[in-house]
Amino acid sequence: MPTGEGESSLKNSIAIRTGNLCRHYPMGDALIRAVDGISVQVSSGEFVALLGTSGSGKSSLLNLIAGLDRPTSGTVVVQENDLAKLSRQELAKYRLHTVGMVFQSFNLIPSMTLLENVELPLRFAEVDRGKREGLAKQALDRVGLSARLRHRPTELSGGEQQRASLARALINQPKFLLADEPTGNLDSQTGTEIMNFIREFNETLGMTIIMVTHERTLAERYARRMIFLADGRLVGDQSNAVSAGAAQERGGRL
Amino acid sequence: MKTYDMAELAVRNLRESILRNSLTTVGISVGVASLVAMLSLGIGLQQLAGRRLQKSGLFDTVVVTSRRDLRGFNHEQEENGPSPAESPVLNEPARLKIAQLPNVLEAYPDIRFVSEIRYEGKPYLTMMAGLPFSARNNDAFDGMQGSFFSSETATEVILQKSFAAQLLGKTPKAGAEEASVAELAKPLLGKQLTMRYAERTATPATGKKDAPSVDPAEIDNPGGPAYSVVSREATLKIVGVCDLDPDSMRGQARARIFLPLKLAQNLHVMQPSDLRDTTNAGGSTPAYTTVEVHVKSPTQVQAVEDAIKKMGFNTFSIVDATRSLRQFFAVLDLFLGIFGSLALAVASIGIINTLVMAILERRREIGIMKAIGASDGDVKGLFFAEAGVMGVFGGFVGVALGWTIGRVINLGTNVYLKRQHFPPEQIWFVPWWLVLGAIGFAIVVSLLSGLYPASRAARLDPVQALRYE
Repeated sequence: MPTGEGESSLKNSIAIRTGNLCRHYPMGDALIRAVDGISVQVSSGEFVALLGTSGSGKSSLLNLIAGLDRPTSGTVVVQENDLAKLSRQELAKYRLHTVGMVFQSFNLIPSMTLLENVELPLRFAEVDRGKREGLAKQALDRVGLSARLRHRPTELSGGEQQRASLARALINQPKFLLADEPTGNLDSQTGTEIMNFIREFNETLGMTIIMVTHERTLAERYARRMIFLADGRLVGDQSNAVSAGAAQERGGRL
Repeated sequence: MKTYDMAELAVRNLRESILRNSLTTVGISVGVASLVAMLSLGIGLQQLAGRRLQKSGLFDTVVVTSRRDLRGFNHEQEENGPSPAESPVLNEPARLKIAQLPNVLEAYPDIRFVSEIRYEGKPYLTMMAGLPFSARNNDAFDGMQGSFFSSETATEVILQKSFAAQLLGKTPKAGAEEASVAELAKPLLGKQLTMRYAERTATPATGKKDAPSVDPAEIDNPGGPAYSVVSREATLKIVGVCDLDPDSMRGQARARIFLPLKLAQNLHVMQPSDLRDTTNAGGSTPAYTTVEVHVKSPTQVQAVEDAIKKMGFNTFSIVDATRSLRQFFAVLDLFLGIFGSLALAVASIGIINTLVMAILERRREIGIMKAIGASDGDVKGLFFAEAGVMGVFGGFVGVALGWTIGRVINLGTNVYLKRQHFPPEQIWFVPWWLVLGAIGFAIVVSLLSGLYPASRAARLDPVQALRYE
């Protein structure tokens, strides 16, 4: 699919829609308005960067979309499901099958090998024992970690750990990849490596990507749309022509 | 998550902090062990007492006495039923009638008498008792040396162990090792002894000593029957030596020499009750002091007792006497169980502590699992499974440990008993239901202890758990 046309075709189906979404929580006497009335739509197949300074509410918004947190008010509708109305059980199923998450601090379970870490969502999904190992190996192979299956996270570099967590995020073939500062703990070279994987998932698998970052340059380089947050409010939303160019440039190189 | 996966993950999680989890499991084991050890000793003691009582053959026995008899077992009964003078005589027809009651295996008279025994020229005065041929199958003769009577009227005797020792001049000395039955039997088996006894012979005037039925006219005869007592001698062969406890509660056991009951009856040995018959309303048929009734099973003893009471006799059975004993053991078991359970309660607090600590330690891990799709049920199940696995291990190890402790206590007791010159006794017993019950109990207690930590882990907010660094 030519990447230039992508931008227009994406608008066809709305995958995520928030309506006046709020997430407030008390801290001492004060009320923290982490997310304060955000209405935004994300189409299927988009690569969106959530930008803002720390405390701007970008991670809180991501957690609401991830179904890890529940809104104080407003709606967050993903594929026509209002997450606020789902039961805890249904929300867990949503996290299991619909979204994959990647974190700044990788969040692999240290007591498990990479293979076991990647296999874990398959256990929750009650995939047969026999199939699990093959699927997990395939996912790790995709991120170039075939040689590290039996290693524990602590025995690996940050880049390798983040690749493993990408493999884990992909294992249940979700439609959405939610990444919270995925390169925040990495040097620029390994950061680029990870970002290239994420872009690849967006382009070849058609995954919708929402990435939280505070690095504008990173967003400009990879994302096609940038949403700016400040104090829990939406302060800017622009598509990113540069990103499309960068993708094309990269495509030309390959 | 599937149950098997859950268990597998639980085991691997437990292996991660092996020291803490092993210590917790040891805690459960000690709890289970104390429970098993205490209950196995309680059960063992109960069985020991039971065996002792069973040996005396008392549980299925009803002892019947006439109300005419002044030394009735139960004096209260005499106030209710017919007065002693009106009550029936306990004689052969009465015995036959009792023998035909439902659930009665046999009823035989208790014949016992004092006689003078001569063995190798020396006289011994001792109590002899008739032993029914059916006693051959009695547990009481388990440790017997030699053989049982060859027939119902064989002129043979079985000696009680202590009497055998007396015949051999081996009086037990304090501190000396008691001679075994086999040792005593060896020189005595097959030897002859002479018994001198008093035979009751009917005077020629009556001449009905063998009459099997009662003639009511004769019973009411105020003059009473006449009989004479003749001194007789009989030669008897020693065929066995048995280990019956002379102080046992069973009637025959108080005697030192046993002879076949039929033989004893045929000898017409003068009975204590005969004398009473002459002063009371006696008949030509000898009345029995007591008749022992064997019932098919201990549960039917009460019914048979009631039936015999209706016939106008006094009855006595050990079931009444053992009720309080069984109650004592029930209370003992209860207390031992409570102490054992206390240990298990302490162990369960250990489980709760370990799992709550594990939640604090694995907050982040729980957050990660939830973020990648674990449901509350998965997290809860995982912690629950960890508690369960500790319970299973603790249960098995605990039963093994408790078994060993019980065994050691048993061994120690037997060493002590041996020093005190008592025969060894099994005071410890682990029935299969105790093994299964203890393991099951350990698992249930562990799961209950896991409930709180598991639901706490399940409620953990993933956002907060992941923020926690």
